[in-house]
Amino acid sequence: MHVRVVDREGEERELEALEGWRLMEIIRDWGLPIKAECGGACACATCHVYVAQDWVEKLHPPREDELDRLDEAYDVRPNSRLACQILFSPELDGLTVVLAPELA
Amino acid sequence: MTNDNIITTDVVIVGAGPCGLFAVFELGLLDIRAHLVDILPKVGGQCAELYPEKPIYDIPGFPVVTGQGLVDNLIEQIKPFGPTFHLNQMIQALEPTGTAEAPRFRVVTDAGTVFDTKTVLIAAGGGSFQPKKPPIPGIDAYEGKSGGGAGVFYAVRKMEAFRGRDVLIVGGGDSALDWTLNLQPIARRVTLMHRRDDFRAAPHSVEQMRALVASGQMDMKLGQVTGLRGEGATLEAAICRDAAGETFEIACDTLLPFFGLTMKLGPIADWGLNLNENLIPADTEKFETSTPGIFAIGDINTYPGKLKLILSGFHEAALAAQKVHRYVYPDKRLTFQYTTSSTSLQKKLGVA
Repeated sequence: MHVRVVDREGEERELEALEGWRLMEIIRDWGLPIKAECGGACACATCHVYVAQDWVEKLHPPREDELDRLDEAYDVRPNSRLACQILFSPELDGLTVVLAPELA
Repeated sequence: MTNDNIITTDVVIVGAGPCGLFAVFELGLLDIRAHLVDILPKVGGQCAELYPEKPIYDIPGFPVVTGQGLVDNLIEQIKPFGPTFHLNQMIQALEPTGTAEAPRFRVVTDAGTVFDTKTVLIAAGGGSFQPKKPPIPGIDAYEGKSGGGAGVFYAVRKMEAFRGRDVLIVGGGDSALDWTLNLQPIARRVTLMHRRDDFRAAPHSVEQMRALVASGQMDMKLGQVTGLRGEGATLEAAICRDAAGETFEIACDTLLPFFGLTMKLGPIADWGLNLNENLIPADTEKFETSTPGIFAIGDINTYPGKLKLILSGFHEAALAAQKVHRYVYPDKRLTFQYTTSSTSLQKKLGVA
């Protein structure tokens, strides 16, 4: 099971993903630059990613608190998600996301 | 600042999160009174700011407790020791004034509070909470600071500074809405911009804002700032994008972006503590740093095997307190006692 992550320099990596892990945890554990300051509490918007267009519909839609928190992210787009709110499962094998710009 | 205003104390605790609060308890049992400094307007650190409602499952003795619940309990637990809180402040400068055997420090906050202290206990977690800066290209040039521009601000210190200005406020939370309503009467024109027509701020603020828009006293736009325009350091307009991807401009000489808070190490980086990837190395016997008299506990420290758990920070506070006692009372023997059996400790806790 894998997830493809494009970093802010445009480099794409294929990371091994584990079922039941949050996408944020997978990206962080592989050492990619994602702040994830609140540790997955949907409280900081520092794990903002863009989901590849063909995957947007396959994910469960964001809950109200995720949409609220996205207000604190920069350059939010229709395919914006918080990686801490995406729980990895076999159906997501091959998911591709791009790391969004970080706020300083 | 005259000498009269200097607070002389045994220990200054940097950060009023769970570890700083529990340090008050452990120090209190050893007759050491603490002053705490925190940049937030409230006590509790990340527990109170980031996840007050979230359940925590790994605090010993609590099968489940929320972030705020834990903070409330800690505040109750340290009441007997009457800690002094200096909130809304950040320590700007720390200067050693003693020796390795008898440390002393002069500590100054950005609000002008000055401490003359024997020891400093850093319990600063992930750093100080500061406003997030959006990575808008060229934003630095317009930031309101000495040597820079006077167009972009991340906080309002004096409302009067915005009188007669064309202010663009960005955000949908309470900070954005509160400042929109407060600055609207004194600014020349206020525009509030948010990425969607749905605001998470308090409903009555949102209603007030919508009423002002309806009566033509301010503007509300949907979109996001993608760029800034202006000669040199003088802001003239924000370049924005709406939901359909269309670009438009908003004329403004002042931009106030409210994107929430982020944690930054801040001035601690300049205290000569041999940082390792923004963490403070500490020994595991007394959690003292490379500078005698300065201790580091909780998420901000690092040592072999470190786990960033609240419970680890509690243990670190207990051990650090023992060494702090040596500096504060060099001639006093420290006897190890249990709160269950020691009437002396129970008296300090007000239960005997």
